[in-house]
Amino acid sequence: MSDTPKLLAESIRAAADARRPLAIRGSGSKAFYGHALQGEALDVTGHRGIISYEPTELVITARAGTPLAEIEALMREQGQMLGFEPPQFGGGGTIGGCIAAGLSGPRRAYAGSARDFVLGLRLLDGRGTDLSFGGQVMKNVAGYDVSRLATGSLGTLGVILEVSLKVLPLPPAELTLVQEHSQAEALRLMNTWAGKPLPMTATCHADGKLYLRLAGAQAAVKAAAATLGGETLAGADVFWRDLRDQRHAFFAGDSANNLPLWRLSLRSTTAELTLPGTQLIEWGGALRWLRSDADVMSIRKAARGGEGHATLFRGGKPGTAVFHPLPAALMKLHKRVKQAMDPAGILNPGRMYPDL
Amino acid sequence: MNAPVQKMPVDLERQRAVCAALRAFMPAQNVLFEREDVTPYECDGLSAYRQVPMVVALPENEEQVCAILEACHQMRVPVTARGAGTGLSGGALPLGNGVLLSLAKLMSIISIDPASRSARVQPGVRNVSISEAAAAYGLYYAPDPSSQIACSIGGNVAENSGGVHCLKYGLTVHNILKIRVATIEGEIIELGGGGLDSAGYDLLALMTGSEGLLGVVTEITVKLLPRPECAQVVLAAFDDVARAGQAVANVIAAGIIPAGMEMMDQPATLAVEPFVNAGYPTDAAGILLCESDGTREEVAEEIARIEQIMADSGAHLVRVSQDESERLRFWAGRKAAFPAVGRLSPDYYCMDGTIPRKRLAEVLRGITEMEKKYDLRCANVFHAGDGNLHPLILYDANDASQLQRAEDFGAEILKLCIDVGGTITGEHGVGVEKIDSMCVQFRSVELEAFHALKHAFDEHGLLNPGKAVPTLQRCAEFGRMHVHAGQEKFPELPRF
Ligand SMILES: Cc1cc2nc3c(=O)[nH]c(=O)nc-3n(C[C@H](O)[C@H](O)[C@H](O)COP(=O)(O)OP(=O)(O)OC[C@H]3O[C@@H](n4cnc5c(N)ncnc54)[C@H](O)[C@@H]3O)c2cc1C
Repeated sequence: MSDTPKLLAESIRAAADARRPLAIRGSGSKAFYGHALQGEALDVTGHRGIISYEPTELVITARAGTPLAEIEALMREQGQMLGFEPPQFGGGGTIGGCIAAGLSGPRRAYAGSARDFVLGLRLLDGRGTDLSFGGQVMKNVAGYDVSRLATGSLGTLGVILEVSLKVLPLPPAELTLVQEHSQAEALRLMNTWAGKPLPMTATCHADGKLYLRLAGAQAAVKAAAATLGGETLAGADVFWRDLRDQRHAFFAGDSANNLPLWRLSLRSTTAELTLPGTQLIEWGGALRWLRSDADVMSIRKAARGGEGHATLFRGGKPGTAVFHPLPAALMKLHKRVKQAMDPAGILNPGRMYPDL
Repeated sequence: MNAPVQKMPVDLERQRAVCAALRAFMPAQNVLFEREDVTPYECDGLSAYRQVPMVVALPENEEQVCAILEACHQMRVPVTARGAGTGLSGGALPLGNGVLLSLAKLMSIISIDPASRSARVQPGVRNVSISEAAAAYGLYYAPDPSSQIACSIGGNVAENSGGVHCLKYGLTVHNILKIRVATIEGEIIELGGGGLDSAGYDLLALMTGSEGLLGVVTEITVKLLPRPECAQVVLAAFDDVARAGQAVANVIAAGIIPAGMEMMDQPATLAVEPFVNAGYPTDAAGILLCESDGTREEVAEEIARIEQIMADSGAHLVRVSQDESERLRFWAGRKAAFPAVGRLSPDYYCMDGTIPRKRLAEVLRGITEMEKKYDLRCANVFHAGDGNLHPLILYDANDASQLQRAEDFGAEILKLCIDVGGTITGEHGVGVEKIDSMCVQFRSVELEAFHALKHAFDEHGLLNPGKAVPTLQRCAEFGRMHVHAGQEKFPELPRF
C-alpha cells in the first residue's frame, strides 16, 4: 500500500510524457456528476486507511481511498462527525472523492462546507510530483491555500492522496420539526430564523412541508422547539440521510426516465423560482433542487438572477454544459491555474469544463 | 528579520514617470512622492523593517485601483497593497522601487442586507465598523482579530485573519461570500457569489490569505451572523501549564466547542493585571478563559459543564462571569495582552506558530529553555482552542545584539512548531518576516507549485514581490547557513 503513491506518480508521469489523459476513479459513487470521464482509468481506491485520528485535536487524516462510511463509523464511536455531512450516493464514496467533488449535505448552511473543513491535502500534481499543503492544525496561513483550491476541482488539479479534516462533536440532542407552508412562506421563515440565534442545523422544504432540524444542548433544543412549534418528525435521522444521499422521493427514479435534475445555488433570499417543474429547497433557501425540462438558458438566467449558478446535476440532454459558464476573464484565469498544476492537461480533462 | 532597514536610492526619473502616469487619472494630491509624505507608509505593524516607497497612490474608487494596476503593469513597476498597516509580518512593507497602493480611502459600507445576512463593503473598511453597522439588525461579523478597531477587512482577507472566536465561528475564509479582485492587468474578476458556493475552482479560498500577491481586493461581501442571545466566560487558574493544556483537551473531549478558549502564561498575566485589573490571579502558572455563547439555555448548560471540567482538570480557581461587565473585564485583559507586554519592554516581537494542542507543554518548556539561551524574556498568549501560539519576545531594538537574539529566538520557536507537526504562521502571515522559515516548512516542490500559481495570476511578478513565498535560490542560501542534521534541504540547487 505504501507503494501506491509511487505507482500512481509513475502512471501520471508516463501519461504526462505521452500527453495521454487519465480518468481518476474513486469508488465511482459520483460518476454521474460532471462531464463523462475520458482516458485511461487511474484507480485510487487501493490507497486507503486512516492515518491518524485524534478526537481531542479535532482532526482526522485519512488516505484518499478510505470509504466515507468507515470514517464516519469510527468518528461516531468517539462522539464526533464530519461537520459538512457529505453525501454518500448509493451508500458509497471515498474521502478523496468527497473532497474532489466538494459536495456538502444538509448541515452546510449552518456549519460550513467541505472546503471549510479541509485543513490539508497531499496530492500528486499533473507531473506526478508528490505535494503536501496545509497541515493537521486548525489555523495555518503558510503558503497559498492549495488544499481548499483543490477541493471541488473534480480531480482536474491533482490526484488527492491524503486528506486532513477538522471534525465536530455530535450534538447532544437533536430534533426535527415539520410545519406546513407554501414555498414563499417557507423561504421567508427560513431566512428570518437564520437571522436569529436559534440552534438550527438543517432546513428543507418539499411538497408543502418545511422540515427544520434543531441540534445542540438539550435545553436549547427544547426551548427552540417550543418557540417554533410544529410536529416532531419520527425517524428524522432517516429523513435527513435520505435527503443527503438523494434517496428522498423527490430524487427517486433513474435520470433516463425522469426530468433532468438541476442544482441551483443562490442567495438564500432569492424569490420563488418561476420555472416549470418541481422543486426541493435546502440550506435555508440557498440551495434549490429543480426537476425540470425548462431550457438551459432560462435556468441559467434564473440562477444569475439569484447571484448564483446552476449545475445540471443528473440527466439532461447530452452535450449540455454541466457547470455554469464562467465569464471570459475568470475562465482565462482558470486555464492558467490548471496549467500551473497540470501543464500537460492530463488529469480528468473536460470533467468540469472543456478547457480544463 | 534579517535586513531590517533597507536603503535604496530612489530612481528619480522613474519616480517622475510613474507619478505622471498616475496623475493622468487621479487627483495630484492622491499621488505622493515627497519624502515626508511617503515616510508614514514605510512600515506596517512589524516596525523593525522599514523602507520608504518610491510612490504612494491613494485611489478613491475601484476604477482608479484598476487604472493604477494597469499603469504599473505596463511600466513593470511592482505594487504593494496596504490596508491599515497593522500586519505583523511585514506584508505591507513597501518596495523602494515600487508603488504602495493604499486602500484606505475605499472605506464605505456599500450595503447591508439583513434578510440574507450579508454586507457589501469596500476593502478599507475597518473590521469593527462592520459589526457596528450590523448591530442595528441584531447581526455581526464574526472574525474579531484583536486589532479589529484598526485593521481593514481587505487586509483581513489578504491575511485570512482569525480572532478569539474562530474555533467556533471560523476564520476570514469561512465568513466571506464574495470578493471583487483587481488583477495586475487592471481587470476586475468576481470570486464567490450570492450563494454558498460558486462554479469553477475555489479561487475565493485561494485568494484569501494570499498576502496581496495574487490580486488587489476591491470589494468584499461578508457573511453576518445573528448576535448570540448571551455569553458567559469561565476563568480558570492552574499551577501548571501542562494541566491547563490538558483541561483544554478535556473540554473538547466532552464534545464542547467553546466560543473562545484562550490561555495566558504567568509572564503574560503579570504584565496585564496591573494594566487592566482584569481580576486574573497572578500567582497561577497559567490561566484559561473559556467562553460559551448561544441561547440562554445552551449557555447555562455548557457553562456548568465547563466549570466542572476545569475543576476536574485540577484548576485551583474557577470563576464564572456573573454579568456582562465582568465578562468584558475578563476579556479586556486578554485583548490588552500585546500592549500590556509592550509596556514591560521597549520592544516586543510577536510570534505566531500553530501546534497540535497536545504538544503545548513540550513547546512551552522549549521556549523557557530558549529564554535562557538567548537571554531574553518571553510571555505567551495562546489561542488554546485552535493551537495558535503567540510568544511575545521582549527586547530592546536599540541594542543590535538584542534584536539579533530576538530574531534567532523567534526563528527557533518556529522551527520547534514545525518539528512538533505545526506551522510557522497561524494568522499573521509570512510577509517578509517568516520568509526564511518557509524554506523549513516546505520542500522545493511545494514552493515551485506556489510560484507556478503566482505566475498564473501575475506573470511578471509585480504584485508584492519578495513576500510570502521565498525563491528557491533564497532557500538554497538559507539552507547553506542552516544545514539541518547534516542534510542539505535543496540538494538539487547550485550553491553560491
Ligand atoms: C495589536 C495587534 C493585534 C493583532 N491581533 C490579531 C489577531 O488577533 N488575529 C489576526 O489574525 N491578526 C492580528 N493582527 C495582525 C493584523 O491586524 C492582521 O493581519 C490584519 O488583517 C491586517 O490588516 P491591515 O488592514 O492592517 O493590513 P495591512 O497590514 O495593511 O496589510 C496586510 C497584508 O495584506 C495585503 N493587503 C492589504 N489590503 C489588501 C487588499 N485590499 N488587497 C490585497 N492585499 C491587501 C498587504 O499587501 C499585506 O500583505 C494584530 C495586529 C496587531 C498590531
